[in-house]
This record gives sequence, structure tokens and C-alpha cells, in this order.
Amino acid sequence: MKNPQRSPTNPGSLRSRFTHVFLQSLLRIRKHNPTSSSSSPHREFLKRCSQVKVAAYVSMARAVGTRRAWSRATIWRARNGERRRNLLCRRCSKSNSRERSLGKKKKKKKKKKKRDNEEHGFAHEKKLQKLVPGGEAMDFCCLLDETAHYIKCLITQVKVMRSIADFYSL
Amino acid sequence: MSDRRSSRTQSGPSSRITDDQMIELVSKLRQHLPEIRNGRSDKVSASKVLQETCSYIRSLHREVDDLSERLSQLLSTVDADSAEAAIIRSLIA
Repeated sequence: MKNPQRSPTNPGSLRSRFTHVFLQSLLRIRKHNPTSSSSSPHREFLKRCSQVKVAAYVSMARAVGTRRAWSRATIWRARNGERRRNLLCRRCSKSNSRERSLGKKKKKKKKKKKRDNEEHGFAHEKKLQKLVPGGEAMDFCCLLDETAHYIKCLITQVKVMRSIADFYSL
Repeated sequence: MSDRRSSRTQSGPSSRITDDQMIELVSKLRQHLPEIRNGRSDKVSASKVLQETCSYIRSLHREVDDLSERLSQLLSTVDADSAEAAIIRSLIA
């Protein structure tokens, strides 16, 4: 049974949930990255930019929940990105080559499906699959449905980020 | 055309998609796109819709990048306690 209070189709509640989660992330980023007089402030700035960007996407995915394939893929990618970074710190090159070969195997399986879909005439489907999180694992029908929801959430995300930035700028 | 499609879809139930479903999904997608370029809204091909969707998603990603940059600049300059408390109160309440 779906919880009506957490309905992802209600833009008002989605916006509130995203704002809440994103602001918490911003506070966390600010806490862990105090503006110190480090030797490379530009690198610190780039690191913070990247953290804010990732926090924005992950916050939206968390606000949507696991009902959507694209949000699940975003959350999964964020969690596994962290685990991969920890692994890489411990065992450098070995884990890298292993992961690359796994990635290559996955791509080979998708080629047959891509050829079928391109014969339909939708050459842009491949590009769309790369833009939507988890898109490469979706069939065309799911991809269109997920894309529509993803765009709606991205628009909300941009609006909230802009309003926060405008508020901070005052 | 539909025969070709149905024969191909025998590979699995998940890839079975009718023309009507396709039209419905594509029109649902079009509703989310900004209608700046679409003069004649009825005669836009699915391929064109996909193309516009891709470019619209890319532009949204670019906006998120710009806003992230702006927010990270502001994070370093703004005083912690008062601003954040005020924002949280105004945007969440």
C-alpha cells in the first residue's frame, strides 16, 4: 500500500522532501569542508562543487524513493561509488581492471537490443538511455515513462536550487 | 509496419509495445518539454520528440552544474547559523 503522504506525484510534497534532504546535505558539506586557508583553494572549491552537485541528484532520488528505476539507479550509483572509492584506496590497480572487464561484459549483452531498437528509427534512444540514470537497463517503454518522471523531478530540483541560491545571495 | 514490430517482439514480453502505447508515451513525454519550437503540435515525429528530450535533459543538467557552482561559492561566504535556520524555516514550513 502506498503511503499517500509520500506520494511522488504530488509536486508540493516532493519539493518539500527534496528541499529538506538537500539542505541537510548542504549543511553537512559546509561542516566537513570549512573554508580553511589551504594551499589549493581552487581544488577545494571544485571538490565542494562536485559534492553539492552529487548531493542535489541524490537528494532528489531520495525524495522520490525507490518507486522509480531512475531514482533507485541514482542511489545505487552513489552508494557503490563510495564503496568503490574506498576499495580503490586500499587496492589500487587490481580492483580497477576487474571492474572495467565487468563493465565491458555488460555492454556486450545490450548490443543486440540496441540494434533492434535502432531499426525502429529511434536513433536517439541510445542517447536518452545514457542521460537517464539506469536507462541502459530499461526497455523502450519503461525508458519513456521514466524519462517523463525524471524531467519533472529535474525541473523541481532546478527551481529549488535556484531559490536557495537566490536566498543566500540576498 | 506493425507486423514487423510484432514479429520482433517475440523475443520477450517486456519489449512488446503497440503503436498506441508508443503514441501515448511519446505524447506524455512531450507534455514535459518546453513548447517553444513546436508550432504545429500534432505533427511532431517521435524521433524529434526524443531529440528534444535529450537536449532538454542536457540543458537541465547544465543548469544543475551552474547552480551547484553558485551554491558552493555561497556556502563559503555565508554565515552558518542564522542564514541556514532562516532558509530551513522559510522553505520547508
